[in-house]
Formats: sequence, C-alpha cells, structure tokens
Amino acid sequence: MSQEVNAGSMADIAFLLLIFFLVTTTIASDKGITNVLPPKIDPNNPPPEIDKNERNIFKILINSNDQLLVEDDFRDNTDGLDKEIKEFVMNFGDPDQENMDLYNSLPPVLKAQANRDPESSDHPNEAVVSIKTNRGTSYDLYLEVLDKVKKAYYEIYAERVGLTADEYRALSSRTAAEKELMDRGKENIPMAISIAEPDKGGE
Amino acid sequence: MAKFKKKNKTEENIPTSALPDIIFMLLFFFMVTTVLREQELLVEQKLPQATQLQKLEKKSLISYLFLGKPKNTSVYGTEPRIQANDALITTSDIIQWVNQEKDKLSEAERDQIYISLKADRDVKMGPVADIQLELRDADARKILYASVGKVNQED
Repeated sequence: MSQEVNAGSMADIAFLLLIFFLVTTTIASDKGITNVLPPKIDPNNPPPEIDKNERNIFKILINSNDQLLVEDDFRDNTDGLDKEIKEFVMNFGDPDQENMDLYNSLPPVLKAQANRDPESSDHPNEAVVSIKTNRGTSYDLYLEVLDKVKKAYYEIYAERVGLTADEYRALSSRTAAEKELMDRGKENIPMAISIAEPDKGGE
Repeated sequence: MAKFKKKNKTEENIPTSALPDIIFMLLFFFMVTTVLREQELLVEQKLPQATQLQKLEKKSLISYLFLGKPKNTSVYGTEPRIQANDALITTSDIIQWVNQEKDKLSEAERDQIYISLKADRDVKMGPVADIQLELRDADARKILYASVGKVNQED
C-alpha cells in the first residue's frame, strides 16, 4: 500500500496552463534602431545656418524608385556602404590639435584606417552622414541605409575599445564597468547622422 | 525459478513524478519571457529587418505607434494608417496622443519617453516623415524603429 498522493494529473494541469500562456502571449521584441529627431523649429529663433565643407558631408540620396545616389555616384544597392562611411568618418584629412590628440589616442587598428585623404572628411567631429529620402522611398530601404550607417559607427566604437560590434551594442548602462566602456568607445566621435525631410512627389 | 519470476514482477511503469516539474519549468520559462498581448492589431505588421538592433532598457518609457496597411481594407481603405492604443488615428491626433502617453509617466521621466514606431516594411517614407514631424512638434524626439534581426552576413 503506497501512501503517496497521486500526482499524475499534475502534469495535465501544468500542460493546460502552459498552452494557455503559449497561445495568449507574444515574445517581447522591443528591439530596433534608435534615432533622435531634431528639435522643433522655433519660428522666432531659426537654427543658425551652418556652412559645412562639402568634403565633410557624406551624402546619401534615395529616390522614389529606391535608387541611391551616394556621394554623387549612382547605385542600386547598399553593399559596402558601411565600409565607405567608416573610411569617411575616420579619414582625418585635416585635423586640428584637439583631433590630432584624438587620433593619437586611437588603437592601431583604427589608426590604420585613416586615409588622410584631403578630399574626404577633416576629422570625426566634423564628419556628418546625411540621408535624404523621397516621400515615395520605401521605409525598408531607408532603414537598411540607416542600419549601415549605424553599423559603421558601432564598428568604430567597438574597435576603439577592443570589442566586436555585437558585443559593443550589447553593453548596457546599468553596470558601471560596461558604461565606462560604452563612453570610452564613443567619446569625441559623435554619431552625426542627419536625416533630411523627404522630398515631395513621386509617392 | 520462483526467485526470477518475483524479480520480473517489480515496478514496470516509468516514474512520472518528475514530469510536472519539467512542465512547470517550461511554463515558467514562457511566463517570464512573454508579455500579454495588450491590443489587437488593426494594421498589417511585417517588421523590416536590420542588423544593428538595440534593446531599450526601460520598458515603461516606451509607447507604441503602429503604421501599416489596414487589415480591414473595406472599411479603412488601403492607404497606410496609424494605430495608437486600440484605435486608428490620423496624423493630427499624434500630438494629443503623445501628451496622453506622457501623462502616464512620472514627471521626471516625461522627457525620456521613447516612441517605438512599428512600421510595416511596405510603407513608404511619406507617412513615416509625417509622424516624425508631429513627434518633433510634440517634443517626443526619441524614436525606435522597431525591426527584427537579420542573420548577420559577413561582407
């Protein structure tokens, strides 16, 4: 005679609960590409006109047929865009004293990427990546381009602190050590992505 | 011979007492990793793919805007529409919606509000730009383009 309580049906009850949760829930996916929009334009206080040298702006135009114009060159896909942006940002064509110090503080991997091309950006603080779309551009392609630009920057940050881009992105600001790494990666290299208002027409 | 027979008679069924524990573990896994679906989607949602995904740390700061082709095309037409909470809204309602969402947060967190834009991949940039313009006006400038991960390919 066994004195045990019959626990065989416990599995069935648990199964029922399990199935209930399986059906009613979705796996949380709060993942995506972050972006900060520019502040609202104050009509009384318009933003100052900034004259930037052409060489400091990496221009990406996308038309309503999803064709790209990257630095005045036509192309129909985004292959290799991240590499070009990386080269553009880390060019150090004409750095001032402050940015020369920044250059000297970089690890050799990144130093090697500085082409010092006078036709490209002066230094990372001056470099801006500009994305301009049309109202008829597909959102998918816009995000793909933004993704590539982000990738270029994250790779720079990650290489600076000796991580891979994936590891760098996984850093959270909750622990002090990780936050320090994060800050060290992006210090003095601002992620300057300018997203222009789309053109009208062609929708 | 009798000795052997007796041995064969003992306990032949598999012990199932650990089965509930295993199932409970599965149950807890799903309970912890999932959230209850809060609202019914009225628009199509096929999120675009991206590689450089970031996860936001504070979920309470996120508000969701859905953008896509309405599922019920006979009532709402085929043009992309915006869904906030349970209803379809127009672009001009966004400022009001943002203010409502901000009121739900504590005073200190109000300007940290994140808008997660869950836009369908077939949408064009026009409606997205309209939303962004309204969000700028509503001073909710942090935006997250919700997307799903892509298998990372080396190029």
